Amino acid sequence: MKFLSYSILALWLIAVLAKNLLQLDANTIDLNVILQAPTMQHWFGADDLGRDIFARVLSGVEVSLWVALVVTAVTMAIGVFVGLLAGFYGGRVDAILMQITDIFLAFPGILLAIAFAAVLGPGLGNLMIALCLTGWVSYARLTRGQTLSLRHRQHVIAAESLGAGVPRLLFRHILPLLASILVVEATYSLASVMIAEASLSFLGLGIQAPDASWGAMLRDAVRYMLIAPHYVLIVGGCLMSLILAINLGGDYLRDALDVRKPD
Amino acid sequence: MGIIQRLTSLFIVIFGVLLLTFLLIHLVPGDPVDVMLGESANMADRAALRADLGLNQPLIQQFGHYVAKLMQGDFGQSIHTQTPIVELIKARYPATVKLALLSLLIGIVIGVPLGVFAALKAGHWQDFVVTIVSVRLSAMPAFWLGPVLMLIFAVWLGWLPVSGMDTGTSIILPAITLGFGLSAILTRMTRTSLLEVLNDDYIRTARAKGLSERTVILRHALRAALLPIITIVGLQMGSLLAGTVITETIFSWDGIGRLLVESIEKRDYPVTQACVLIVALSYVLVNLLTDILYRLADPRVRHA
Repeated sequence: MKFLSYSILALWLIAVLAKNLLQLDANTIDLNVILQAPTMQHWFGADDLGRDIFARVLSGVEVSLWVALVVTAVTMAIGVFVGLLAGFYGGRVDAILMQITDIFLAFPGILLAIAFAAVLGPGLGNLMIALCLTGWVSYARLTRGQTLSLRHRQHVIAAESLGAGVPRLLFRHILPLLASILVVEATYSLASVMIAEASLSFLGLGIQAPDASWGAMLRDAVRYMLIAPHYVLIVGGCLMSLILAINLGGDYLRDALDVRKPD
Repeated sequence: MGIIQRLTSLFIVIFGVLLLTFLLIHLVPGDPVDVMLGESANMADRAALRADLGLNQPLIQQFGHYVAKLMQGDFGQSIHTQTPIVELIKARYPATVKLALLSLLIGIVIGVPLGVFAALKAGHWQDFVVTIVSVRLSAMPAFWLGPVLMLIFAVWLGWLPVSGMDTGTSIILPAITLGFGLSAILTRMTRTSLLEVLNDDYIRTARAKGLSERTVILRHALRAALLPIITIVGLQMGSLLAGTVITETIFSWDGIGRLLVESIEKRDYPVTQACVLIVALSYVLVNLLTDILYRLADPRVRHA
């Protein structure tokens, strides 16, 4: 499984590099090949404007990975910070911060992200803002739970009695112990952010034409499914392979770092 | 958590949901009236919409007004069609509930037996296959599973309608699309939960009494194992409700999810706002029901 995961990830990285080397253009229109099935020239076939699906998939994966990395980094930073504060101080601070996260959790799945993206308007930047505004909650809960128990560990109490300040306690004595659980969580969240990005783009809320995004391509592909089934199968298959690889990688990391997910 | 605390927290969450959905419209960059009516609208129309949305009052007053109107069941008007939003929601909500309930049923009917099977075969290859497949199925997003099912069963085999909701069979494909992910999660939960109780003393006692394996599993083990499963079903209703947005769009199923997407496309923000609110409140309600069910099912929680 580890091997499978690594090889799929490696394949995608090579493909993205190759795209830049080969200078495949994702926006070249060739009206002679509209919705053509895969051929030697166009490995993945062509889309409804006669653009090469292979090139578009590759430029889509770049966008997708980029969004996933940025959103994961930002949400993790916000969530960890909130969680550390809530878990460390406890009492009223904890109650207020957790009540706020509960309110965010009252919106199921990506509904709130859809709502934010809808009012902010379409576009990659707004999509990322929407995902960041809603994605920090799970990190906050996770970090808070862990911090609650770590707070009373002897090494933390020892450091405190030696006069260490709160920032030092949080970042030198508690955060490092959270590293492995956060790394595993972040890996899974890369995959879920990619799905969320694709979902929003599928609804027309993400990256705008002519730039390629997997969600937007799937949206077009579904429209032409009756005459060009290869389009939807290839784009969806690519997305699934990458998600699968990332999740398998997460499983491997979880086992290797010996992380047991709480709750 | 006691009943009082549970209710207080529920009240705060509902208040927060109202506040967040209320603020949504104020997140529209620039003037929401411009965005909704377009730059070319005349001054009178703009002023009318502004007054209608109450945008010229102080924010707190607007929020009070918003909540007061909601209490009377007034969600405002659609900018696009001028119809009261309540009517739109009344027309669409039942379709979503129907879809969600059927998917829930599909999820349970597939997921629980598979989970029991995997638990009984724990460690064997059957368990391995079921676990791997279910772990991965749950990660399959609707916008991929939906088209694939549509392609196979509607386009190639021609057994079911491609989309729309004209015939009774139209619901099958969207319901499977939604229910599949749930069934995968339920399989996993049932397996874990059953494996945990299978080693308990009372199961050994039941076996020692000479009860048939069937009775031991179904009457003794599964009953105890079902508790965490109730919670999962409740929590998953949330992703089910959110999942309807994409599934309904793919299959042209006229529910709340599709209404939401249509309103976004038309920039009909009051409708967007109302849809988000309704789905979120439904979710809060489902969670509350789950909690109550859980208390009823487990005397330990009730007396705690």
